[in-house]
Amino acid sequence: MRLGFSPEEEAFRAEAAAWLKTELEGSFADVHGLTSLTDAPDRRRDWEKRLGEAGWSCVGWPSAYGGRDATLAQQVIFAEEYARAGAPPRLNHIGVELAGPTILAFGTEEQKARFLPAIARGEEIWCQGYSEPNAGSDLANVRTRAWREGGDWLIEGQKVWTSLAQFSDWIFVIARTEEGSKGPKGLSFLLVPVDQPGVTVRPIHQITGEAEFNETFFDAARTPAANILGEPGHGWAVAMALLGFERGVSTLAQQMGFRNELNAVIAAARANGEARNPLIRQRIAQAEIGLKLMRYGALRMLSDAEGGTLGTSALTYKIQWATWRRDLGELAMDVIGLSGETVEGHDYAFPMLPNLFLYSRADTIYGGTNEIQRNIIAERALGLPREPRGDLK
Amino acid sequence: MHFAFTDEQAMIAETAKAFFAENATSERTRAAMAADGIDRALWQAFTGELGLAGVALPEGHGGVGLGMVEFAILAEQAGSQVAALPLLASLGLAAPAILAGGTDTQKNWLPMLAAGEASASFAILDNGTLIAPHGAVADIFVVSTGDSAAIVRRDTPGLTVTPLMSMDQTRPYARIDIGDALIEPLADPRAAISAALSTGWLAIAADALGGAQACLDRTVAYALERVQFGRTIGSFQAVKHRLADMMVMVEQARSAVYWAACAIDEGSDEAAFAIHAAKAFACDTYRHCAGEMIQLHGGIGFTWEHDAHLHFKRARSDASLLGTPDWHREQIAQLAGLDEAA
Repeated sequence: MRLGFSPEEEAFRAEAAAWLKTELEGSFADVHGLTSLTDAPDRRRDWEKRLGEAGWSCVGWPSAYGGRDATLAQQVIFAEEYARAGAPPRLNHIGVELAGPTILAFGTEEQKARFLPAIARGEEIWCQGYSEPNAGSDLANVRTRAWREGGDWLIEGQKVWTSLAQFSDWIFVIARTEEGSKGPKGLSFLLVPVDQPGVTVRPIHQITGEAEFNETFFDAARTPAANILGEPGHGWAVAMALLGFERGVSTLAQQMGFRNELNAVIAAARANGEARNPLIRQRIAQAEIGLKLMRYGALRMLSDAEGGTLGTSALTYKIQWATWRRDLGELAMDVIGLSGETVEGHDYAFPMLPNLFLYSRADTIYGGTNEIQRNIIAERALGLPREPRGDLK
Repeated sequence: MHFAFTDEQAMIAETAKAFFAENATSERTRAAMAADGIDRALWQAFTGELGLAGVALPEGHGGVGLGMVEFAILAEQAGSQVAALPLLASLGLAAPAILAGGTDTQKNWLPMLAAGEASASFAILDNGTLIAPHGAVADIFVVSTGDSAAIVRRDTPGLTVTPLMSMDQTRPYARIDIGDALIEPLADPRAAISAALSTGWLAIAADALGGAQACLDRTVAYALERVQFGRTIGSFQAVKHRLADMMVMVEQARSAVYWAACAIDEGSDEAAFAIHAAKAFACDTYRHCAGEMIQLHGGIGFTWEHDAHLHFKRARSDASLLGTPDWHREQIAQLAGLDEAA
């Protein structure tokens, strides 16, 4: 067990930090410090391409597909430096963190060669077509259908909560490809181009006032027959494996963002005197502890995975960070008080801390609600039985 | 960076787990609780044949020359069985104090402590009274009052040791009255106290981790077997979600304990933060899990016969000893810079 980094790893850190500093103080100074995922999408695309050109986009991927063959320690270091440098959240985070690793794990050689370098070069942005109006927590209750017609898959149906679909070139879709099948059986995992007449994207306004996610409609949408990951009818296994990739190295970059939010809470508490309130001190200390435990939990999870055995502790990660952040949103508002309730001007657009209070309500829902996470932990890690299913349609 | 056990550490963990599971049985622990709070045969086997008691002491002082990670592994496994041993008092508090601040002569105690030929305790000043965990069975005490610290031998004339009925009978306290007994000052009291506290806090946190994991494991086992309303109670989300929440806490406590152990071993800048975090978080986790263990077992969990109360009481003792979780969080508030100017 060792937490420190070697001199070679520290040299890698210096190299990454220097590159990021040059770019973010130079030609990309305008995206430095952006936090919202929807601001300046064109420049965010440019940034994706710049990362790709310099080989810093998908550092853990094999170099054959546009990656850097980085070791685990190097990936950890890059994620930390990326966030420390104030680089913006990745417009293509779904491509880089979800679609890419899934294609790497399940794709054919042709699929890998077709899709991965385009993600790594920042040329193709991805989004995720999982949830539907009647398939939320019960994700397998998918009604979107797909069938073969000639050399294509045809797709009919509706997806919802598709984050960043308005900026995306590709969407991965779970669709029912076996007529009459139910639940997780008979589903396929399809890769579908967004820019076509059969696909319509409509933004949904969130409680924050922003519109980061969408409804996506498929009306005789098409994708070539080759764009299926895994065997037809066996898409559920692919879809579930993808959710596992949400517990990867990117969590460390996400934590650096949390660090900035907690720092903002501390700065506010010092400025208005709440830092002397013993109850607030306890809550800030608890948040500090929680953030550190997220980091060391992630390092344990990644070190275990490197040894070839992803421990069941990885299953606790989602509920841990989501709950932490929601609590931080509450703490932020308790620290800033009435000043968090108002903003100058006519736009319903709040600054970082009040926005965190609102936005973090999504964290305990998307990617599997806290309640679903508890089921997953109880069933897969602790071996407890499933709650019997109901039969309402 | 590799935050997972080495093969050697995994082997120590496996050995210790098997050792405590086989020997620190509920029956033997209860026999010790009814007497003076120490399972002497277990202590002999632990310090003797297992050969790991001095894991964190240097080889020159009768130890194995490993570090805090290995010591935490032992404390965790002992904690999982609520073992009735002076592990914390003798090896977690007194030994590091003597190692860090004792004179060369005083360090001659260390091989004896590692071999179980003598046991020591560490007297804590609480509201004007000195109390010592496993004090009634200690041969020597490390006593600190303010800026000075000293060793006092059990058989020194003038010293009075009064065993106290303790809520946690697996780690009972004794009151120490020094009177005019001869004390043997330590060479560097500040270093001694600091080492005792950091090792002691870590040992308590590791004990709490082991205990919390045991509460979870045993409650899961019960939920899988207990049937009500025609189903195992573990199939109700009202129950399984609470067990899941226990696991979420236990896994964080595990990260905290081994982060702190590594940070001490590597001399990291984060060590002080990590130790306070581990002590606060692991003790809260144990308290929560032991409470849930009673609740989810129902009436049987409230009986003397069931082991739930052993955990519940040890968890309370872990939380109360050497700073409550609130106190440790306040230390973190200071380390986090809350008192710096805006």
